[in-house]
Amino acid sequence: MGVEKDTVEIAPGVRQIPDTPAFITPLDKLINWARTGSLWPMTFGLACCAIEMMATGASHHDLDRFGIIFRASPRQADVLIVAGTVTKKMAPVVRRVYDQMPEPRYVIAMGSCACSGGVFRTYSTVQGCDEFLPVDVYIPGCPPRPEALMYGLMKLQEKIRREAGHWGFWR
Amino acid sequence: MSVVEILKEKFGAAILGEETTADQLGIYVSREVLPQVMRFLHDELDFKHLADLCGVDYLGWKGKRKKAERFEVVYNLYSLSRRELIRIKVPIPESDPRVPSVTSIWRVANWFERECYDLLGIRFEGHPDLRRLLMPENWSGHPLRKDYPLEPEEEWKDYAELREKARELSRYEWGDRRVRGG
Repeated sequence: MGVEKDTVEIAPGVRQIPDTPAFITPLDKLINWARTGSLWPMTFGLACCAIEMMATGASHHDLDRFGIIFRASPRQADVLIVAGTVTKKMAPVVRRVYDQMPEPRYVIAMGSCACSGGVFRTYSTVQGCDEFLPVDVYIPGCPPRPEALMYGLMKLQEKIRREAGHWGFWR
Repeated sequence: MSVVEILKEKFGAAILGEETTADQLGIYVSREVLPQVMRFLHDELDFKHLADLCGVDYLGWKGKRKKAERFEVVYNLYSLSRRELIRIKVPIPESDPRVPSVTSIWRVANWFERECYDLLGIRFEGHPDLRRLLMPENWSGHPLRKDYPLEPEEEWKDYAELREKARELSRYEWGDRRVRGG
């Protein structure tokens, strides 16, 4: 193969043409790399998990080092972190925030309440936000530690890295 | 003279009784004279601060002190000049859950009364805007009543619609991303 002979593998799946700044890699890999490096979550908290989410974003745990920067508008966001108890009255609002996000978009259910309703098995609480949102990653905990949230985000990055053909107007 | 003695002297039989719980005085007042009693407490006895207003449902109550009626509305009043905290309790029958509003005396009562109406279904007469405060406006039932089921069989209409819509829209999601049941 010409490509194998004339290029050098500098990273798994990435080959450089020697002595040039050009490299060859599948488009999927390039796009997924770009997406995992700039996962922008929506600034949106519902309950005590939001406090933990803020702690994760703040200087000690520092989500910025993963390229994760909280955005104040759903139109600029890639991830919706459902942080806290979703009440039935709040559910249409959460769904509207999700609907306003552009593709590609992902959802993380953070904490027991967002995963399953938690201890609140009552008339007013949604029994898991996957009843009305397609959830990618579930993070258990009440509330999850910042490390758990970071682990969840890294699991989402793994999931994005496995995607193929998630670009263009065809699916 | 203590507050109870003054009230008993002025209102007589309309003061139904008194009790002391946790070092705090509670006075039972009949709802017919409630506006006059409250106005008197506010203007003459200087209880200028309505600290809290809440409702209680005594359905199936097994406490020592028998309750004549199912509901009770409790007013926590504080007087800064007297440094005294008292509770005014008003028994309310199940068949006719109405009580005069005190919004004209303490404006803070507005949202307290709306919350109480929302969760217990006690109507406050003379309230300027008696709508639900916490639950959605088209919710049926009053959740803090003891006979309200933990999970009603019939789903709230708007949420059922949202779920259906989400199931429908999940066909357009990328990959295997789906909502539950979608």
